[in-house]
Amino acid sequence: MWKFTLRRTLIMIPQIIVLSLLIFVLAQLMPGDALSGQIGPDVDPERLDEIREEMGWNDPWYEQYASWMGGVVKGDLGDSFRFKMPVSELIGQRMVNTFWLSVATLILTYLIAIPLGIASGRYNDTWRDQLITGYTYVGFATPLFIFALVMLWIFGFKLGWFPTSGSITPGLEPGTFEYLMSKIYHLILPALSMALITTYSTIQYLRNEIVDTKHKDFILTARAKGASESRVYNRHILRNSLLPIAAFFGFEITGLIGGSIFIENIFGYPGMGQLLVESITLRDYTVLTATTLLFGVASILGALLSDIILSIVDPRIRIK
Amino acid sequence: MENKKAEEVQPKAPMKSPSGISIIWRELVRDKLALVSLIFLILIMAAVYGTSLVLDQKEIVKVDLFSIHEPPSEEFLLGTDYGGRDVFGQLVIGTKNSLTIAILVTLMTGIIGVAYGLISGYFGGHIDNIMMRILDFFMILPFTMIVIAFVAIVPKYNTITFSLIMTAFLWMGIARLIRSKALQEKELDYIQASKTLGSSHFKIIFSQLLPNVSSLIIVTMTLNLAANIGLESGLSFLGFGFPESTPSLGTLLSYARNPQTLEFRWWIWVPASILILLLMLSINNVGQALKRATDARQRRG
Repeated sequence: MWKFTLRRTLIMIPQIIVLSLLIFVLAQLMPGDALSGQIGPDVDPERLDEIREEMGWNDPWYEQYASWMGGVVKGDLGDSFRFKMPVSELIGQRMVNTFWLSVATLILTYLIAIPLGIASGRYNDTWRDQLITGYTYVGFATPLFIFALVMLWIFGFKLGWFPTSGSITPGLEPGTFEYLMSKIYHLILPALSMALITTYSTIQYLRNEIVDTKHKDFILTARAKGASESRVYNRHILRNSLLPIAAFFGFEITGLIGGSIFIENIFGYPGMGQLLVESITLRDYTVLTATTLLFGVASILGALLSDIILSIVDPRIRIK
Repeated sequence: MENKKAEEVQPKAPMKSPSGISIIWRELVRDKLALVSLIFLILIMAAVYGTSLVLDQKEIVKVDLFSIHEPPSEEFLLGTDYGGRDVFGQLVIGTKNSLTIAILVTLMTGIIGVAYGLISGYFGGHIDNIMMRILDFFMILPFTMIVIAFVAIVPKYNTITFSLIMTAFLWMGIARLIRSKALQEKELDYIQASKTLGSSHFKIIFSQLLPNVSSLIIVTMTLNLAANIGLESGLSFLGFGFPESTPSLGTLLSYARNPQTLEFRWWIWVPASILILLLMLSINNVGQALKRATDARQRRG
């Protein structure tokens, strides 16, 4: 167990190094720099060159990479040229929002997936199952951003039940009960939109697991011993079918990252996904590299988490 | 229980199995939904590629300041957008561009993925190990983000470069699937027999192994096609797909990022959303029918 975890964690290190190199090269290749659009035409080009020299933008790439990575390790991600503040501070603000959005989405995803998956698997091939399977089928074919747009249109604009942008009503004091409620109120629609679409894979997976487990011998044994139907399902089938779902928890993180880029832009939710798109349009490369790196590291950690949970659940993986 | 199973299996054994294509066709015709979807797809494709021969893309994307944001009328079937451009014309051109990209990306990821998976699975051992580590790394990258970053770098891109960027980060799924199938397949007798006869690895992989995984390839590629339409329109929606001069279905949807358009001008974004949904659903329907056809356990007939 510990041996596998250690080995799996060690694989992660080259992955993160390659990722950081890739992002660094990408940032270097981008046209223009943060100075090119921002400074008036009356500024002497020689002065610009001086600034570039000072910032170290003319150094060989490996030196720039080393100094960038050195900063990243120390938690210093450079300064944002547009927001005029340290990137780590900027990301700190946004990350909190994205974090809560992800947590809300995950909770809703499992709240929807587990009852539906169980109902669908337990009563398979009945009208209930067909209804749920139909839902997962449509969910699979609907792109997240279209669904989010429609949700925003109906519940945000037409019915006016939910706010249409932002993460908080302005003017509220942090720490008060109203502040908290306003946060939650702004979270519901984005999180629900994302959860309703991304939940389909978990439902399908849970359904197939339950249908498979139902016909295994140990269930027959449990029934033969006189276990009640609810005991068979709750104690025997569910326990075996839920474990693989738990293992996919880490992969959900990767999905959430891709989804948050769309969701945050549609709902005007100030999180990391919105920051990423903004930083590209504004050519704010320090922010861009930092967000990309953080998202990438989060995905790598998610995969690590999944593999470790899987190895706990399924010993065969450890032996391999 | 055991007896019953044996009885079920026996009559099947001497029966000659029908050819792959005829099974697929039979399954498609039997599944009315898939058949309707297939006809719908063929009609859409014919209509879109047919009319785009007549429609001039430059004419449609030309800004007309006298007819901004007009609701649907006789002159503009689906109204106009903020540049006075005809939405219906953009819808036709957009569907064509979206489909072209999706088909190109599906074909290219298919070719790369299948070749990668077959080689990795067939040789196994160290080669497999190294190739899978490379694949794992690509798998971990958050797709949307990396493609956005790439699109931001490439200064002038067109259909080909855009599909190449997408392909570069999408070939892993199919490669992994084909590899696990190839791993099973290479242990079978026909591969061993061919090896004994002295066929070259190249010949075994591409003329013997490949046909035996072809059904899996067809199914995966059909399902990928639907996913790629969604991905492309998603990227265009965020503004990292095509420029406005080459509209795609996602471009029309991206106008809805303006709250005014979203709330009051449904004719700009609703038709495009419905079209994307219908396209993806019907391709999925066909894909699922193909999946049933190639998997004997799920077959209906």
